[in-house]
Amino acid sequence: MNQVRFNHLLGLEGLSQEAITEILDSAEVFLEVLKRPIPSVPSLRGVTVANLFFEPSTRTKISFELAEKRVSADVANFAASGSSMTKGETMLDTARNIEAMKVDVVVIRHFAQGAPHFLAERINASVINAGDGSHEHPTQGLLDLLTLRHQVGQLDGLKVLILGDIAHSRVARSDIWGLKTMGAEVKLCGPATLIPRDVDLMGVDVTFDIVEGLSWCDVVIVLRLQMERQREGLIPSMREYLRTFGLTRLRLEQAGGEKIIMHPGPMNRGVEIDSDVADGPGSVILRQVTHGVAVRMAVLYLISGGERGIE
Amino acid sequence: MNETLSPIKPPSGWEYHSTEKLALRGGRLFDPSAELDEQTDLIIEKGVILSIGAIPDGWNGEVVDVSGCLVCPGFFDMHVHFREPGFEHKETIRTGCTAAAVGGFTGVAPMPNTNPAIDNPGMVRFQQEQALGLPVDLFPIAAITTGRKGATLTEIGELRDVGVKVFSDDGSPLVSSEMMRHALEYTRMFNLVISEHCEDMSLTKGGVMHEGSVATRLGLPGMPSIGEEIPVERNIQLAEFTGGRLHIAHISTAKSLDLIRRAKDRGINITAEVTPHHLTLDCSLLEGYNADYKVNPPLRTVEDVEALIEGLADGTIDAIATDHAPHAPDEKEVEFISAPFGMIGLETAVGVVHTRLVSTGKLSLSRMVAAFSTAPRAIMGLHEVNLKVGQAANITLFNPDEKWMVDREQMLSKAKNTPFHGWKLTGRTRGVVNRGMAWIRK
Amino acid sequence: MTEKLKQVIIDATGLERTLARLAHEILEANRGIEGLALIGIRTRGAPLAERLAKLISEIEHRGEVPVGILDITLYRDDYLMKLKTPKVRSTDIPFEINDRNLVLVDDVLFTGRTSRAAIDAILDYGRPARIQLAVLVDRGHREMPIQGDFVGKTVITSPGEEVRVRLKEIDNVDEVVLVETVND
Repeated sequence: MNQVRFNHLLGLEGLSQEAITEILDSAEVFLEVLKRPIPSVPSLRGVTVANLFFEPSTRTKISFELAEKRVSADVANFAASGSSMTKGETMLDTARNIEAMKVDVVVIRHFAQGAPHFLAERINASVINAGDGSHEHPTQGLLDLLTLRHQVGQLDGLKVLILGDIAHSRVARSDIWGLKTMGAEVKLCGPATLIPRDVDLMGVDVTFDIVEGLSWCDVVIVLRLQMERQREGLIPSMREYLRTFGLTRLRLEQAGGEKIIMHPGPMNRGVEIDSDVADGPGSVILRQVTHGVAVRMAVLYLISGGERGIE
Repeated sequence: MNETLSPIKPPSGWEYHSTEKLALRGGRLFDPSAELDEQTDLIIEKGVILSIGAIPDGWNGEVVDVSGCLVCPGFFDMHVHFREPGFEHKETIRTGCTAAAVGGFTGVAPMPNTNPAIDNPGMVRFQQEQALGLPVDLFPIAAITTGRKGATLTEIGELRDVGVKVFSDDGSPLVSSEMMRHALEYTRMFNLVISEHCEDMSLTKGGVMHEGSVATRLGLPGMPSIGEEIPVERNIQLAEFTGGRLHIAHISTAKSLDLIRRAKDRGINITAEVTPHHLTLDCSLLEGYNADYKVNPPLRTVEDVEALIEGLADGTIDAIATDHAPHAPDEKEVEFISAPFGMIGLETAVGVVHTRLVSTGKLSLSRMVAAFSTAPRAIMGLHEVNLKVGQAANITLFNPDEKWMVDREQMLSKAKNTPFHGWKLTGRTRGVVNRGMAWIRK
Repeated sequence: MTEKLKQVIIDATGLERTLARLAHEILEANRGIEGLALIGIRTRGAPLAERLAKLISEIEHRGEVPVGILDITLYRDDYLMKLKTPKVRSTDIPFEINDRNLVLVDDVLFTGRTSRAAIDAILDYGRPARIQLAVLVDRGHREMPIQGDFVGKTVITSPGEEVRVRLKEIDNVDEVVLVETVND
């Protein structure tokens, strides 16, 4: 069987169904590895992975670090606050430094959209995008796909509502590409000020009526609402947001009952999602976290293999 | 100013000629303003066009063979950024003028967004002096308001006395409609021009590219078309109301074009320019996050590009200007959202426009030459340049058939931030004649 | 590259006889099926383990021998040097392995690296009482200090040759052949 080659994982846009399926299939194997008494494998011994986090992120960083250790890679961490970044070192210098340190894989989280692409063009190491500004967060998209595949078995024809601040969400973009490629239908719901222009050209529908959206869907992915959106004048208040677009038990009942509920975390309970929904029967939010480690192990495994290591 | 300063040597690969006694042999004399299109020789003596026609037997001056070339009135770029004083690591007037000459321009008008800003006669003279000894006329554009801060008018009358023709706060558009009204009223007394970068910063705040489907996919904050169109319309209204002379810089959208077309139909005295990049590039090119495509106004849609070409062809847009905006490589080679706006254009403008617009039949050769030469000078209110006997020789030589590839490493500008690197072009400038000297590529 | 058939080492009936003998040997060495479990190494070790377990149960009539399937891809030592990333497949060991007498089952014993990886993998699941190795064919050229405890047939081969085991469950035929790989 023909294997898909990955040099980098910069986004889910343009990734084929075959490639996504291969990552998810491999992730299933790693899920099993995680259940073993010794939940690690030696496959990436001798591979050095650098985690470059230019933006604080506890969850994604821990998830990647755990994944790296569980495939036995050597791990080096660069945090923006703890390294030369605060002294104003440019991305280009950072890239050259990484190159000089003979790192094999770079996992990068950056506030600037396209920062992983910038690195990928300039270094030989493989680059994994761990979230770039409001562009993409491909491993989050993949773990959402894995979670859904586990819940429902088949992504084709699934109806998914993405609820919240689409404009500023890298998770939304990765989810849209991933879900569309796997044959799911996607509808977006949120305040008009947070729905980006011409987003329908990504092959999605938009509704401003949350009950309509909920009635239509099988799955709701709830996005985090950043407090600064209120300061920027994009929404009137957090209170109004909860009343108009918050996911509450009442709304779910109005829409005809239980849905699969997902959230990339960290949640603002009582703003975009109510606690009794987040902890309710349909919620798979904690399963997403476990799946995150397996998906990242799979991506590291698939990216590190192949031609690398041979002159 | 001291015009007798000794001439500066051209860059390697170029030859310097005096115009004491110089003949250009075998070129195609092409001057739409003089309805001239003729294959013949042109003789210059003491910097002035002495005769047009075959070189007489026994003529004892220097002869340069320019067969295959168009011999045109000198090209003029009315919108460049030369960064001196203040940002000499990006470009100086000397390097900028050298790039201009190599790109075929005999005159340029640098914008005043230097540090300090060009807002008093002393600064204007300083800039003019830096260009001496080069075959390129420099007409500094002065700021409309002191320090380009939008608060008080500069001493426009005094600035006129040292040769300033155009005023602009380019890069910092006039927010206050009242200030724009006063600027148009005041410059009108002297027949001077306001060149305005039309941008409503409250709509474009934080934006880094054209707002639309590409920005949405890339997750980049957008600059909507209306961010340009609303101030274009406001400024047209103010020009009509005041009777002032408004020039709209670097228009980028189909709607802006439409507003200008209707204003001109109503008889309002406005003019407009467009850049070579807005005539040839669209926003889909930003997909790889290459900051060489990051420019303000941003690259728009294919539909906008097509409309602008049409507007240039039918004369709604008067002139082509490059908005040559040099930045040092380490400034541009950063994350896309942090990179400064701007691209250089002097050395590629003529080749790019000729290849993409004239060779493809979208623009006539005479429109191209007019938009590069007579039109910008007319907008600025400069003396006319043409190929008539008795006129000072101010000439651009252009070979429409020469094929070449753009190589940023070969550029004379200090900066290398061009989106046209690697482009294969048809049509290349061969030389310039101006200020008593000629630079001609070997 | 094409493969040229050189010799049939074991045919269908030979394979039946060989497996029957291996089943007896395993039983004898482990003194019955108490605590015994078989683990087939993917790909062709898996059906071989299933067949051996069935044969053992038929001989003993005292219950089933548990069978697991092991994918050793993640334990390979040549992973970073391969031209293609090998596809990982699932491992399925549906029983506790602590204190078991485990028999690893593989089709061909060659360099010993696969067996080494399999032992590593097994140890991540627990601590068996002992691990033994059963192979259908031992073709020599060992690169690790590993020997088969139960060997169907020992074949002398040269480096340019390959031993191909074909099983009905996967290849629709039961046979073991020696082939030579030829560059076109």
